This record gives sequence, C-alpha cells and structure tokens, in this order.
Amino acid sequence: MDGLDDIVEEFLVESHENLDQLDQDLVALEQDPRSRERLSSIFRTIHTIKGTSGFLAFNRLEEVAHVGENLLSRLRDGALDLTPSRTSALLSMTDTIRALLAAIEASGGEGTVDVADTVALLSAALEESPAAAAAPAEEPAPVEPAPAPVEPAPVAAAPAKKAPVRKAPAKAAAKAPAKKAPVRKAPAKAAAPPVVPAPAAAPEVESIHAPAPGVIDLPAVAEVHQEVPVDVPPTPVAPAVPAEAAGDLAPEPGTPEAQSGRRAVADSTIRVDVDLLDNLMLLVGELVLTRNQIVQYVGRQNDQDLVRASQRLNLIASELQESAMKTRMQPIDHIWSKLPRVVRDLGLQCGKSVRLEMEGRDTELDKTLLEAVKDPLTHLVRNSVDHGIEDKAGRAAAGKPAEGVLTLRSRHESGQVVVEVADDGAGIDPAKIGAKAVERGLITADALTRMGPPDLLQLIFLPGFSTAAAVTNVSGRGVGMDVVKTNIEGIGGTIEVESAPGRGTVMRLRIPLTLAIVPALTIECAGDRYAIPQISLQELVALDAEKAAAAVEDVGGASVYRLRGELLPLVHLADVLGLPSDRHDGHVVIAVLSSEGRRFGLVVDRVINTEEIVVKAVSGQLKQIGLYSGATVLGDGAVALILDVQALARRALRTETTDRQEHRNALAAAAVSATERTRMLLAAIGGGRRVAIPLDTVTRLEQVRSETVERVGSREVVQYRGAILPIVRLDRHLGAYGETDREVLEVIVYADHGRSVAIVVEEILDIVDGEAAVQSDIDDLGLLGSAVIGDRVTELLDVRAAILAADPAFYTSSAPLAELPTTGFDSPAFGFDGVSPNHLTEV
Amino acid sequence: MSSATATMPASAQLATFWLDGDLFGVEVEHVQEVLRSQGITRVPLAPPAVAGLINLRGQVVTAIELRERLGRKPRPEGQEPVVIVIRLHGEAVSVLVDSIADVVDVNVRDFEAPPDTLDGVGRDLIRGAYKLDGQLLLALDVNRAVGT
Repeated sequence: MDGLDDIVEEFLVESHENLDQLDQDLVALEQDPRSRERLSSIFRTIHTIKGTSGFLAFNRLEEVAHVGENLLSRLRDGALDLTPSRTSALLSMTDTIRALLAAIEASGGEGTVDVADTVALLSAALEESPAAAAAPAEEPAPVEPAPAPVEPAPVAAAPAKKAPVRKAPAKAAAKAPAKKAPVRKAPAKAAAPPVVPAPAAAPEVESIHAPAPGVIDLPAVAEVHQEVPVDVPPTPVAPAVPAEAAGDLAPEPGTPEAQSGRRAVADSTIRVDVDLLDNLMLLVGELVLTRNQIVQYVGRQNDQDLVRASQRLNLIASELQESAMKTRMQPIDHIWSKLPRVVRDLGLQCGKSVRLEMEGRDTELDKTLLEAVKDPLTHLVRNSVDHGIEDKAGRAAAGKPAEGVLTLRSRHESGQVVVEVADDGAGIDPAKIGAKAVERGLITADALTRMGPPDLLQLIFLPGFSTAAAVTNVSGRGVGMDVVKTNIEGIGGTIEVESAPGRGTVMRLRIPLTLAIVPALTIECAGDRYAIPQISLQELVALDAEKAAAAVEDVGGASVYRLRGELLPLVHLADVLGLPSDRHDGHVVIAVLSSEGRRFGLVVDRVINTEEIVVKAVSGQLKQIGLYSGATVLGDGAVALILDVQALARRALRTETTDRQEHRNALAAAAVSATERTRMLLAAIGGGRRVAIPLDTVTRLEQVRSETVERVGSREVVQYRGAILPIVRLDRHLGAYGETDREVLEVIVYADHGRSVAIVVEEILDIVDGEAAVQSDIDDLGLLGSAVIGDRVTELLDVRAAILAADPAFYTSSAPLAELPTTGFDSPAFGFDGVSPNHLTEV
Repeated sequence: MSSATATMPASAQLATFWLDGDLFGVEVEHVQEVLRSQGITRVPLAPPAVAGLINLRGQVVTAIELRERLGRKPRPEGQEPVVIVIRLHGEAVSVLVDSIADVVDVNVRDFEAPPDTLDGVGRDLIRGAYKLDGQLLLALDVNRAVGT
C-alpha cells in the first residue's frame, strides 16, 4: 500500500465512507421508494465518485458510476420509478464499485474487475420502459438472478440494518477472489482472458466464501509471479493477489472475514481533530504527574499490593504517554520532501548546480511544530542556495567541485530536535557583516570593535539586515533572518549560525518538543528545586569536604575539577542564579553535563531525585532570561524550573576567561578553524617557564608519588596500570630548575602505537585553544619555538625529542612494552582514590 | 488594545480588589478565577515584577506582583497575597493583590481619564478612575499590567 499516493488513498477512504452511506440509503429507499431526499443523497454520492474517478483515470469505475448516475438522475427527476429490478441494479453497482475500490487499493489499478454485466444491468434498468415495468421478469431474468443470490441478504434482513450491510462487502470481496481464482489458473494454459461470466460467479460465492483466502497460499503466489510476464490482459489482477496474500492478509488468512487490503485503509485509520489530540496529551501529562505523586507516596508504604498496583500504574502510564505522543508525531520528511524541487529550481534560476543531501529524514517531531518550522526551513534552504553557495566560476576559483552540496540533517538531541541546513559555500565573512551592520546603522562602529566573530555572526538576525549585494527575486524579498528567528523562537526554539569563511555555513535550529515528557534529574539550589534534562547529564560526582578542598582547583580564577585526569570547568549554579547557596559544609555535588560536545560541571547544593517531568512552556518574558527551557510540576505539586543546559553552557563557558581573551581566542580559532585548531596543554616546568604541549598527544594526566619512581639502568621508570613507563623530567630535559624532592609528581602520559611515556612537569596550568604555528623561532634544544598564549610567552615542546630522551626506541620499535589499559576510564585515577563518580546509568 | 477607552461600553462589570490602600478593577470577563495564596516558585533573574510560577491544576502560570508592577511599596511581612487568574488571548496569567472585593457595575458616565499629575508607571497601567460613592475605582489596563 506504500505505493498509493496520497490522493488515491484519500479518495479510497472517502469513497468507502460514501459507500457505507450508500448502502444505508439504498436499503432505506427500498422501504420508501419515493423519497426524493434519499435519491438525491445517493445521486450526489455516485456523482462524487464518478467525478474523482474520472480525474484519477479509473475508467471502468467512471463508466459504472456514469451509467448509475444516469439511472439515478432519471429516478430523481421522477422520469422513472424505482422497481425492484432497478434497486437490484443499483445495489449491484455498489458491489462493483466496492470490488473496483478493493482492486485499486490492492494494486493501484482497476484489476480485472468486470463491469460489463453491471453496466448492462444498469442500462437495461434505464431502457426499461415504464409500461414494461410489469413484465421485466422475462427479459432481464437471465441477468438478474446473478446478483440476486448476493443481494437478498440485505434486503431480507432489513430489521438488523448494520449486519447485512457488513456482510454484503464480505461476499463481494469473496466474489472478487472467486473470479480471480480461475483467472489465475487460466492464463497459465491459454492466457484466456474470457472473464468469468456472472452466472458462474454467483454459485461460487457460497462455496468459495470461506476457502477463498486459503486458496491464496504461498505456492500460488510463486506461480502467479511467474505468470506475470506471460499474460497481458489479466496482469493487473495477478500482482494484486500476491500483494494481498503476502502482505496484509498474511496474519489472518484463517478468518473468513479476512478481506482484501481495503479494510486496512478504510477501517484502520481515523481522522481526529488535532485539538482532541492536544487535550489527550494534556491529560496524559496530568496522569504522568499524578503517577509520579503516587509512586513517591507508595515508596514510603509497606503494603505489597499497593506497591504492585503502583508499579503497574507506572508501566501503563509510561506506555500510554508514549502512544499519545506518537499520535502527534510525523517524520520531518513531510516537509523535506518538497525541498529537492525547490533546490533544483532555484539552482537553475541562479545558474548554480546544487546537490541536496538529507540525513535523518525519519526524525519525528510534533505535527504542530512541523508546520511551524516549514517556512523558516524553506527560507534557510533558499538562502543557502542563493547566497551561500557560490556560482560555478566562484567555486572553480576556490578550488571546489562545481557542484555545491546542501545538506539537511535532523536528529533528536537533548530532548530537542536539531535541524541543520549546511552548505559548502563561501561562508559568511564576519568583517563584512560588521561593516554592513555599521553602514546600515544597526550598530555603532565603536560597538563593532568590541565584538568577536560569534557576536558578529549574530548580527544577521537583526531586523533590516541583508548582505545581499542585490535583492534578487529569489530571496531578500523583505523576509529576513529576523523573521526566521522570530518564528523559531515563537515555538520555543533557537537558531544558531556557524560559518567558516570559504568553507560553508551551518544554520542550526533547535526545536523543543513542547508538551514533551522527559526524564530529568531534580536538584536543589539555594532552597529551590530545579530540573535538568537527563539527556544532558553524564554523571554525578559527590565530594566530601576534605576531598573537595583538594580536588577542586583554580585556573586563573575559574574553578575546575580533575575528572579522571581531565580538567572539568565548574559552574556554580547558585552564582549563575545570583542566589546564596545554602550548602556550607564544604561538600560539593557536581552534575557533569554536556552540551554541544563540551563538558562542564554544574555545582549544585543537593541531588534530589530522577523523575519524568512534563515540560511546560514558560512565558516569553521568562524565556528571555536564557536559563530556563521551561517549567514543570513536581510530584508534590510544586513548580520547578527546567534548566536550559545549552544556555548555561554558553553563559558559563564564556565567563571562564575574560572577554578580551575570549575574543582573541575566537579570532585565532576562526583563523585556524580551517586547519583544525590545536588544543594545547599548558604546564609549568619551573623557573617561571611554561611549555605548551599539543593535547592530542596527551592521553591522560596523572599524579604519581615520588617514592614509586624506580630506576632501570640510568633511566627512571614508574609502574602504571601494569605497565612500566619511562619517565622524562621536562625541567631537566629543558634545562630548567624546578623544585626537586616533590612528593607528588604531575605526570602527562603520552601514548602512541601501544607505547607510553610519562612526562613529568611541575604543574599543569590550563588547556587552551591555540594556534600551532610557531610565532617565533627563538628556540632551544627540545623546543619547536615559542608563542604567546594567554598574554605570556610559552615554549612549544618538541614532544618527539622529549619522548626520545626517555625512550630512544619509542618511535622505532612497535613492540609495546605492555598493553595499555584501554578501558581504564572508569576507574578513579591515582591520587584521587575515594572519589568515586556516581554514574547514573540505569535511570 | 490600549484604546479600550474609545470603545468602552456604556456600562461594565469590574472585578475589584485592594492593593496598597487603593481599589482597582479589571473587566470581569478577563477574570478566570481567584485563589487563596498558594505556593509560588521564584524565578531567579526574572524581572522584579515576576513573583514566580504557580501550579494552576497542572498548568504553570506566571504570577505578577502587582505592587511591584505599579511601583508600590512591598506588601507588609506576613500579609498573604490573593491570586487573581486572568485569561488573556487564551493564556492564563495571574496577578498578586492584597485582597479581593466585590464585582461592581460601573457606568461610563462616572469614568474619568487619569489626572494630568499622574505620571510614571501609573499613567501607563491605569486607564482612569470611576467615581463611586466615597471611593475611586481605578481601572487597570490588564493587557499592559501583565504584559512584558
């Protein structure tokens, strides 16, 4: 049924509805043959079917409906009277229409359903002169008996209206296979399409009624498939049969009622008012909240029955919630499917060749949201083709393939739907944006000097901003990015822009699942409870006062925690909220969160619980604060705010360094973003000297006690996770004068090709994003040069030389000294023993 | 929206309440319900007039502290506010007031625009006054009072 296009499907659903009405009307007409109203209703129904079938080129269907319509119009006009034979003819028409619809639904075509008899019957009924009405018995007699065995049921069983109506289609359906059955065998021998005459079908109806579905067994399917290329006229019906047998009918071939696939569309879908679904969703949300409340309450009880019942309630509520959510979900492909055409036409118009790629087209999102993002998304796509991707000459000049690539991606992330429109075009030049904004008077030149590239990119969302040199008729018709932004924010979403000049632009929409129910961690801060979506949460770390004092360190005023060797920037929620924390016992509870690939630790007062929360939108006023993505009602009825982890990350990771520093870093980062920026580990080696080590060569940071250092010949080694690591002391290696006799050595573990060395430094300072290029070649033995990082001259370590100093065979021998543990990340590092991160995996 | 004065019907029903010694009124059709004081969750960093969020039968509703909004002094310690839930454009918002009073039928003949000496937020939020017997009833511009 997948092949049916929407119009046909709609037509089928509608026609089945109409036919049900028609059955009722015809039966009622029997009782009251003179009812104009009924006749008009029947006429309208047939007229509608005729019109649509003509439009869809179902010619036989149109033919039947047309003749029927003629008869009905005469009846309606009073030119003819309704006789039993005419009623039979009309009922026969309904059956034929049903059979045709069944064939259309199964195969997409009209199959071999024969309409000649019915047409003849209807024509006869039409010709039948009013005078001859008394003597129809002789002439149409041979014709009439055929449908008669089928029809008496509804007519005779008039008291129980519904039942006979339901049976009639069953028989009609049985009749269709009955006809097909001989057809299927016949072509194999003679390909003789003499469609089974009506009289033959009539007696068979009774006998084949039940076995019919059984007849269509698998061998038959195989047989039919082979026939397909052989016979010509019956082809349409041949595939129809296997389609039913192999597909929809397969699960229920035993039931006599097992009918053609028709039921599937007509009876398995139902049109529901979206408001009703909204209301359903709201109620389910309430149920989930009440469930939370009950589960919390029951948790304190000892009554086993109550506990069991609440567990069941828990399960059912979850399933109900999921199903209710699904009723509103549609794949994003619904709005994507028209974009290839947009891109193609637009590309032609702009003289560009653009290939559209789509990833994640089955990502589902709420129907109303889908509607809301349709226009903004189309606008972004148009923008990319029009402004983003260069023309062929431009691309050739930039050394890119002539064909531009526009990529649409969508995925679920952190309880949101992320939709990206990415192109490999020229990108957005921040300087140009800035100049344009000043020119248009949107910002002052003074303000411009204080802005970093990320802020500059944001300018494109200002009303009245346009970089297009000329307003084309494609975009720039006054609908700007500000409108896109407003629309997206209107549904509680955000839009981000990322651009690398010369390499392309990514527009990223984050759309929340409003009304969504998400698992969350509830925490307490300054006496209030807040919810953190579980999806952003990686783990929880609890430190008692003593450990916290040692493990929470400070990098230039920003606090960090060494989480298994990595520096985790810490954000104190109380500070962010501007409230005094009520935790004064020195304990530190860190929720390790990740956002957009960056990790940070949120320091909270207390962890309370994990529970499913119903996300409620908050007013725009509160959304503007940029810390809350919504609110929820907790089990006890109190309202809790939901923290917006993305916004928190942006806010927190910005305050990590001074603005000036950040801008410089950002500039540097933008400059090298094309060549992959290098993250550098800064370490002090004594004597006030600092060295920078490319982070990608560092596997771990460790602390090693001095007394564990042993000697092998003239070299120092340390046992580390079952391996022996040679040590290089950077201070000695580089001729600095560091403190000797330290109890604990700060060690950088470097591993490559299965071999590792331990590089001892005085202190680990920071991790910075820096440019790997040497800015000064004043160097010394063991150094690559120096650079200014964070306002201070920093030496760039020649890692290779340092390692060779410790292990001359490091690069030449591939034989590992011992296997490095590869899954060691979940065991606490040396020196932090006792700090066991509390993983929240099972929630 | 603010042109309510121009299209004001000859008579109207106002739901009235007390705030800092003054009697205020809002059109009765905007008032969804009145609640005794209940738990309010504060929203850090929100504008000062936002008292917080309340749970209205599962619906999260923003509560506006009307005293703050009108630039009045804070409610005395220990005095519990009353919550008036107002429905505007299909959305519920609530305002915190001192106490609730009667529904009053007012006549447009008794209405007067605010005196020229009134300035500040009062000028923006008070449409005018109805001269009742021995009492002025200040007509609150609901849209502005709960708007951003």
